[in-house]
Amino acid sequence: MSAHRTHFPHQHLLGIAGLSRPDIEALLDMAEDAVEVSRRVDKKRSILSGRTQINLFFEASTRTQASFELAGKRLGADVMNMSVATSSVSKGETLIDTAVTLNAMRPDVIVVRHQHSGAVHLLARKVSCCVVNAGDGSHEHPTQALLDALTIRRNKGRIEGLVVAICGDVLHSRVARSNMILLAQLGARVRVVGPSTLLPPGVERMGVEVHRTMESGLRDADIVMMLRLQRERMNGAFVPSLKEFARFYGLDEEKLKWAKPDALVMHPGPMNRGVEIDSAVADGPRSLVTEQVEMGVAVRMAVLEALAQNLQQG
Amino acid sequence: MTNLRPTAFVNARVLDPASGRLENGGVFVDEGAIVEFGAKVTQTNVGARTHIIDCGGDVVSPGLIDMRAFVGEPGATHRETIASASAAAAAGGITTIIATPDANPPVDGAAAIDYLLRRASEKSLVRLLPSAALTKGLAGHEIAEIGLLREAGAVAFSNGMRSVASAQVMRRALTYARDFGVLVIHLAEDAELASAGVMNEGEFASRLGLPGVPMEAESIMLDRDMRLVRLTLGEDANGARYHAALVTCKMSLDVIAEAKVAGLPVTCGVSINHLTLNETDVGDYRTYLKIAPPLRSETERLSLVEALASGLIDVICSDHNPQDFEAKRVPFSEAEYGAVGLETMLAAGLRLVHSGQVSLGRLIGAMTLRPAEILGLPQGRLAKGAPADLIRFDPDEPFVVDADKLHSRSKNTPFDGARLEGVVKTTMVAGAIVGG
Repeated sequence: MSAHRTHFPHQHLLGIAGLSRPDIEALLDMAEDAVEVSRRVDKKRSILSGRTQINLFFEASTRTQASFELAGKRLGADVMNMSVATSSVSKGETLIDTAVTLNAMRPDVIVVRHQHSGAVHLLARKVSCCVVNAGDGSHEHPTQALLDALTIRRNKGRIEGLVVAICGDVLHSRVARSNMILLAQLGARVRVVGPSTLLPPGVERMGVEVHRTMESGLRDADIVMMLRLQRERMNGAFVPSLKEFARFYGLDEEKLKWAKPDALVMHPGPMNRGVEIDSAVADGPRSLVTEQVEMGVAVRMAVLEALAQNLQQG
Repeated sequence: MTNLRPTAFVNARVLDPASGRLENGGVFVDEGAIVEFGAKVTQTNVGARTHIIDCGGDVVSPGLIDMRAFVGEPGATHRETIASASAAAAAGGITTIIATPDANPPVDGAAAIDYLLRRASEKSLVRLLPSAALTKGLAGHEIAEIGLLREAGAVAFSNGMRSVASAQVMRRALTYARDFGVLVIHLAEDAELASAGVMNEGEFASRLGLPGVPMEAESIMLDRDMRLVRLTLGEDANGARYHAALVTCKMSLDVIAEAKVAGLPVTCGVSINHLTLNETDVGDYRTYLKIAPPLRSETERLSLVEALASGLIDVICSDHNPQDFEAKRVPFSEAEYGAVGLETMLAAGLRLVHSGQVSLGRLIGAMTLRPAEILGLPQGRLAKGAPADLIRFDPDEPFVVDADKLHSRSKNTPFDGARLEGVVKTTMVAGAIVGG
């Protein structure tokens, strides 16, 4: 049904860095198709029939893991979930040993989340199958950026020229890094907004505008993208307290007034309600949060499909 | 030594690090010492009994002195041994190694010095001289037995890979060291400011999602140390002799320059890694490029090269830090710090000569005469009667570094696969040929 390009010239999806604009647009177009499939009664396709997908999560995750599992299953793959708590990794096995062991079971795709930046790249060098980065440390979370882009494109009709404000703990956020690269690649004006203690050193040279107050950062914004705040980082280490952070950087209806009247609100979840985002906004008419979750499954189907096309047949 | 035949290097370009000049000629050695050198040493005038080495135009210079190498003993022989480190040194043209005190247990007592010297006399191909811990257990709380350690044979005092965080402890250690006239070598890094950083702070680290170490972590500590050295100056006393183990950035060079202008007895070193590599070499999370302090930006590297050329930087060291395979085969944040360097220091340094940034004389001087002067050693120079620690090398011969072929027990070289120029043909220690 689609006339758009579907060729994806990469063995792995390790990050947004390294993807061209046509690569990204091809994935988004394929994801549009996947949205339609997912809205049918019969959601099952057979593109990955007979293929094995392993979800290897070294860091706890509910929604991302579930999203990848559903995506694989809707495409017909056999999906196995492995989390660190139940694996031999907790018995001291190294990441590379785990990779080599899993590789010997001949999976076609391994989806990996790891708490250390670069760990997924390391693993990808040791296996012969496709690897999808489901988040590595503070580095990248490419499928999150893709699903965010898809959500924006479907609601605004475009990405080019939009002002997108990414707010909060940019320093530790892989979601922010992937989004900064992807949205800039598609022509958006990307801003990062937060206290300087939560902005990465050198961020002003990463192709974004830097704002230290919500008022200036949200002015004329089309999209306000809030980031999750890791609570363990907030007790005086980077900001004085949750209360103070919520007062100056938490998104509530008052602060949202600084953005464009038709600005939309996003959050990668899970949300700290009352901290970085107020419930009234999170559940309000301008929130795209639940749509993001739906787009997540579609984007992951598109990624799996794109990578599967490069797998050897037979 | 007396059973060795006299040896003559002839048909060589003899490099005198004192003048930095090359002279066609040779070096004649006997009884473990240099007898004669220069144009007058030729094949025809050294006597029939002499072992002749025709150098075919290669450079002959004093053997290199490495002020900072981890040799694995005691306690880390899975990473390195004195035998393997010395084999790597001999292959790389290093004839004197100053061993760091970060052994397990730390080298903080006379018995440990004694042990190392005994092991070295049994196992080492090159001269191995121990440096001792500046503080007990390298913990940074109490001054080590500096007098007793010096008597046992420690040539310098350092806190190894760690800085002494307490200014009070550092002040007392420097003051006490001054009275004994010993050299204090310090790696300046504010551990709190460096905190969890694993590479240079900045855009590149931010893009990789890795926590960074700001250059200020080094220069703040260095600045503190300069002020503490100044406190050791008295009307009747020279100040404590202080050697900054590793400087990595312009900011630190400025601190050193100011101290030198003020006449403080201060010198500084740089690792071969910081001189020849930069942060972008980390690339796709290459753990062999993870070192401490971290590789800096190209701008900073160039300022180091300039400071070497001007003489502001006194010494180049290998900062040899062998790590086994498993310690590096993990995600970048979890990998151990360090790179091996004994075997490639000369060839990597010659990059700067071939690029025209540093003269051969200056490069070799920073690996021979300057460390010898700072440590008070008789070798590292061309002088009649000086120890016959010599190397012969072709500075232009190309080769490709093959990590698997290194003599070190660990293979964590940042130069694996690199094309370098400069091959050591002969390494002589005390008149005996030990490698090349």
